[in-house]
Amino acid sequence: MVAPMSQHPPHAPSSDPAHASAPHADAHHGEPPAAAPTRAPTWKRAIVVGASSGIGAALVRELAAAGTDVVAIARRAEQLGELARSCAGARGRVHVLAHDVARFDDAAPAFERALAELGGLDLIVYAAGAMREIGANEFDTGKDLDMLAVNVGGCVAWLNPAANFLRTQRSGTLVGISSIAGERGRKGNPVYGATKAAMNHYLEALRNRLADWNVHVCTIKPGFVETPMLAQARAQGRKIKGAISAEECARSILAAARARKNEVFVPFKWRLVGFVIRNIPSFLFKGMNI
Amino acid sequence: MGGALSGFALRARTAAANLEYVEGWGMAVGAFSPVLRPRSVEELLECFRVARERGLSLTLRGGGNSYGDASINSRGAVLDCSRMDRVLAFDLATGVATLEPGVTIEKLWKTILPLGFWPRVVSGTMFPTVAGALAANIHGKNNFAVGTIGDACLEFDLALPTGEVKTCNRERNADLFHAAIGGFGLLGAFTRIVLQTKRVHSGDVRVSAASPRTLREMMDWFEEHKHESDYLVGWIDCFAGEDSAGRGLIHRADYLEPGEDRHPERTLRIDHQELPANILGAFPKSQVWRILRLFNNDLGMRSINAAKYVAGRLESMAPPYLQSHAGFAFLLDYVPNWKWAYGQQRGDYGLIQYQPFVPNEHAHAVHCEILARCRRAGHVPYLGVFKRHRPDPFWLTHAVDGWSFALDFKVSPSRRQELWKLCGELTELVIQAGGRFYFAKDAVVDARDTARFLPRARLEAFAALKHSCDPQQLLDGDLYRRAFREWCA
Repeated sequence: MVAPMSQHPPHAPSSDPAHASAPHADAHHGEPPAAAPTRAPTWKRAIVVGASSGIGAALVRELAAAGTDVVAIARRAEQLGELARSCAGARGRVHVLAHDVARFDDAAPAFERALAELGGLDLIVYAAGAMREIGANEFDTGKDLDMLAVNVGGCVAWLNPAANFLRTQRSGTLVGISSIAGERGRKGNPVYGATKAAMNHYLEALRNRLADWNVHVCTIKPGFVETPMLAQARAQGRKIKGAISAEECARSILAAARARKNEVFVPFKWRLVGFVIRNIPSFLFKGMNI
Repeated sequence: MGGALSGFALRARTAAANLEYVEGWGMAVGAFSPVLRPRSVEELLECFRVARERGLSLTLRGGGNSYGDASINSRGAVLDCSRMDRVLAFDLATGVATLEPGVTIEKLWKTILPLGFWPRVVSGTMFPTVAGALAANIHGKNNFAVGTIGDACLEFDLALPTGEVKTCNRERNADLFHAAIGGFGLLGAFTRIVLQTKRVHSGDVRVSAASPRTLREMMDWFEEHKHESDYLVGWIDCFAGEDSAGRGLIHRADYLEPGEDRHPERTLRIDHQELPANILGAFPKSQVWRILRLFNNDLGMRSINAAKYVAGRLESMAPPYLQSHAGFAFLLDYVPNWKWAYGQQRGDYGLIQYQPFVPNEHAHAVHCEILARCRRAGHVPYLGVFKRHRPDPFWLTHAVDGWSFALDFKVSPSRRQELWKLCGELTELVIQAGGRFYFAKDAVVDARDTARFLPRARLEAFAALKHSCDPQQLLDGDLYRRAFREWCA
């Protein structure tokens, strides 16, 4: 269900006069329709899906601090409320919208609500992700389908309408938070890796589809980042060192998207890890404990 | 709640709606709107029902190929009929096609050409829908010979915003027939269109070229050949001034007689007609606009126009040649998205096409003066196309017994204001000469101009019909508010 978001009635972004590029309805000779303001160097309006914790929450704080108006979307309303309070003094306004990305049919209406709230869109980040604990010899279809729903289904349900909107306006940036886990099919969590590989493929296709329309799609592949997801992995007994903070990760993500990078490992050193992992021959990979 | 309603509210009630940036083909004007895409007459009537309940403003849209604001609605929703796209019937004996409104000209010709027929009237691009084409009363390079698409229309059903569906032809509801064709979707939405098509005996036409050195030479050539030609179109190098003003290239095309094409079964095939996807076999045409962008400035376009003129002089010395129907008709489709050469930033860059239609007796003087003023003002059109027209019985028609000159002007933030001022001056010149404008192209005339160039009796009759067909004034849009409302509301 889409939770009631705000007291504002839904309205088309064009009703924001600062953003309107429509001709003045009563234009006469010598009064051409006003041209839209030229593209701003930084984002004015952003949507972050999966904003309650981890990288998503950090992205919302970074964007708001930089003066971007953000609609933060997540399932857990209380965490969203906390996030909004923590951004109260920021230059950009933060609106929150409670929504479960696994409810695909609600995504397009929620997207339009967010658009109406912002009066337009320059950036959308899909940061929602789920990693269920999977034992070494466990094959649990229920858990696997949960991850598919959040990581793939929700991603498609959100980024499809966003891609169409940005395409028609011929500007904007789409960011998907994938993972280093999508590089190879590792034995640890087969479907989590598969969902990230699917995201990489989908995002790459979107990037190619939208290139002619001046819309950029950026795939982010984080390594270890201090998030609840990592804490969950540690709780399962995995020893993880060298993780960067969610804030540092968020800053790198925004820098990469601003520079219109296509695929970026965060932190950068994981690019080497990705390269090595991708190139291990299968006959060796089978016996390795990665 | 008046004014814009989000697609969200509409989706709950009727066909899926998307919030999109909707722009004119020339990209210089546009607005964000919820876009409704009904797939059936029932869904379309449901959209009208919701609009009546909510007092929602709707603008009809087909392929979105009008250069200006004909299918834009900055204060309401856009009703896009392009998904109602079935060919309902085609009669092989008579060549009569019955179509849903969203059938494109592309789908029409691809359906009927293998059967030995070609649409009587096509535009320079194959992507308009037949409903959009009829609402704009489009013409082709054969306007002087066969009239507009309205002349080729036998009958249509029109869904009124009141929910009523009316069948109109030259006998039944004849007023509505003549007002809705060329009525830009302000009276209702076409839901079924019956068109007469033409029997052809080959998939090719015979093309010959002539290279006039002045506008006078071009007009004389047209007049001399128009009785025996099937298609005539002139291109003009607008950068050439003084003695060579109006120099250009004429293409004439004629249908082949039965028996002239010894293998019509080959040439009538779609694959014989298709424009290739790659240039020289490898370079994708979809990227050619990036190269054109390098030339999209006064110096670059001056060179391209001059080079085309020289090439045209050589072509005019060569003997006539055969070209496919699609190859000759759809010049605008050769380079996909060539308009992006004018820039891609939404609303800032693009082009407008200014196309005055001037009666025969004043055409030479007025068009020469237009060219001269454009050069003096420093706004030289990058493309100029010259055509011969004949009058037709449709109420808001642009067609006159005379000549049109379609001028593509580049729009950029720095040129915008001045360009509109120049067009305003040219409009004055054209109206005083008894000329007219075509709303599928136009982006600049206002309601006072419209009231001056269209006959008063027709305006009054149209306004009365608008009141009876659309009493709540639900069908409007940016074009209506700019060029109609003042005398129509």
